[in-house]
Amino acid sequence: MEDTKISIQNLNLWFGKLKILNEINIEIPEKKVTVILGPSGCGKTTLMRTMNRLVDLQGNAKISGKIMLDGEDILNTKRDITLVRQKMGLLSQRPTTLPMSIFNNVAYGLRLKGIRGRKKLWPHVEKHLIEANLWDEVKDRLNDPASRLSIGQQQRLCLARGLAVSPEIILADEPTSSLDPISASVIENQFFKLKENYTIVLVTHIMRQAKRIADYVVFMYLGDVIEQAPVDEFFNNPQHKMTREYLRGAFY
Amino acid sequence: MNYKTRKLKDQLVSLWIRFMVLLVVALPLIIAFSLLYKSWLILGHSSLSELLFSSVWRPLAGEFGFFPFIVSSVWVTFIGLILTTPICLFSAIFLTYYGSRHLLRFMQPVIDILAGIPSVIYGVWGILVIVPAIGKYLAPMFGYESSGFSIMAGGIVLSVMLIPFILNILIEIFRTVHQDLFDASLSLGASKWQTIKHVVLRKSFAGIVSAFGLGLSRAFGETIAVLMVVGNVVGVPENLFQPGYPLPALIANNYGEMLSIPMFDSALMFAALLLMVVVVVFNIISRRTIIYLESKH
Repeated sequence: MEDTKISIQNLNLWFGKLKILNEINIEIPEKKVTVILGPSGCGKTTLMRTMNRLVDLQGNAKISGKIMLDGEDILNTKRDITLVRQKMGLLSQRPTTLPMSIFNNVAYGLRLKGIRGRKKLWPHVEKHLIEANLWDEVKDRLNDPASRLSIGQQQRLCLARGLAVSPEIILADEPTSSLDPISASVIENQFFKLKENYTIVLVTHIMRQAKRIADYVVFMYLGDVIEQAPVDEFFNNPQHKMTREYLRGAFY
Repeated sequence: MNYKTRKLKDQLVSLWIRFMVLLVVALPLIIAFSLLYKSWLILGHSSLSELLFSSVWRPLAGEFGFFPFIVSSVWVTFIGLILTTPICLFSAIFLTYYGSRHLLRFMQPVIDILAGIPSVIYGVWGILVIVPAIGKYLAPMFGYESSGFSIMAGGIVLSVMLIPFILNILIEIFRTVHQDLFDASLSLGASKWQTIKHVVLRKSFAGIVSAFGLGLSRAFGETIAVLMVVGNVVGVPENLFQPGYPLPALIANNYGEMLSIPMFDSALMFAALLLMVVVVVFNIISRRTIIYLESKH
């Protein structure tokens, strides 16, 4: 198998007394698309929020286990957590443009990294807007508020913004669920190109989407990992009874 | 019930509702017109610029210059707002983003109690605590002599009274900033404070402006508590530790006593009109500002 980028080992998570994640073990290969598939409420989003430690914000979360990123346990790191987060771009369900111009949305993360001045920022902003396939549509209106873009454009802006901090991993939480079909396929196609340089983790409940873009599929149900396998194996020869039922559409 | 009586009732109710709404809309207009009508006498007697910018206040000689009162009002409001701004802003940020949920749940009724305390009690507290503190410590610290009854005392009492009012609005505003937006900023490597500064405050800027705009209107009209500590001496104050005499205090102190002099009566009505106009103008300006700011993002 390929090199492992993230290795999740014996991960458990509780919110108060409620157990959300149960003994999770997942190996996420480098520069591939790993799709986490499962019905709503199975803990996919929480798992993703644990990977970049956004779950810290919820005061009542209790975690045990390890998440190894390049050999470092990020749940117990002594490093500044903001540096760990910069390694992972996040794309959420609804686009979350920051309340500023298109240019500044992309420049935001760069400025946090200490790159200052419009002249220095310019080439970065252009590069990443091109990378997210948005440049042609916005190059003449970079100073407009980001909120004036269409939803699909906003999501691509969020992608560009995430890429700008040069992450190694892209975490995408149902990134196409609020988009029209055309914008959704633009984002999907973008993922195809991006996996040459990035490790992509995609959370979704759309099976066809998983089939289209996944290299590796993890199936979760009610906080447990039921099955994980390369995409062909997963869809053509599922091992677990529950996986087969889910693929048949028996439950969502 | 047959169809006809039902229809009749329906029509009666809808007529009644319309009338009620009309009343609500008409009330401010009626008040404004009656104030204008009552101040007509003084407006015919002195020019508007004389009324607004003259400092001579001799009601018995028929000279009515409102400048000292306007200046006092502006200063007291200004000080109150300046002092309350950092308190409200930072405690709202703390309660929404740093404190635990239990703390907020505990603080909300505390804030409501603060808001519910009658203003006369704030006035008494001002006389007992703030006024002596200013007279003994604060004014000498800046090299002034003061009895303590001063513009500063009015401003401080006002700032405390504004806290619950503005804080409640700010907490509501910060709560409406979506968690996703917070996450997005953090995932780009921002710290919590950077996120609050660059994203939350910017996102809610229009709301913050409106909260303070509403506070301003309220502060400008606050009467009793300010009246009790501000000194009520006519004259343009030279520094903040001298007594002042804001517009609402002028009306409250004199109305009812001087009604035998029609011109004085009319002058007080003019003061009320002035107060109303200022508050309305503040409201319009803050509304405009909000619309402008929201169109920017």
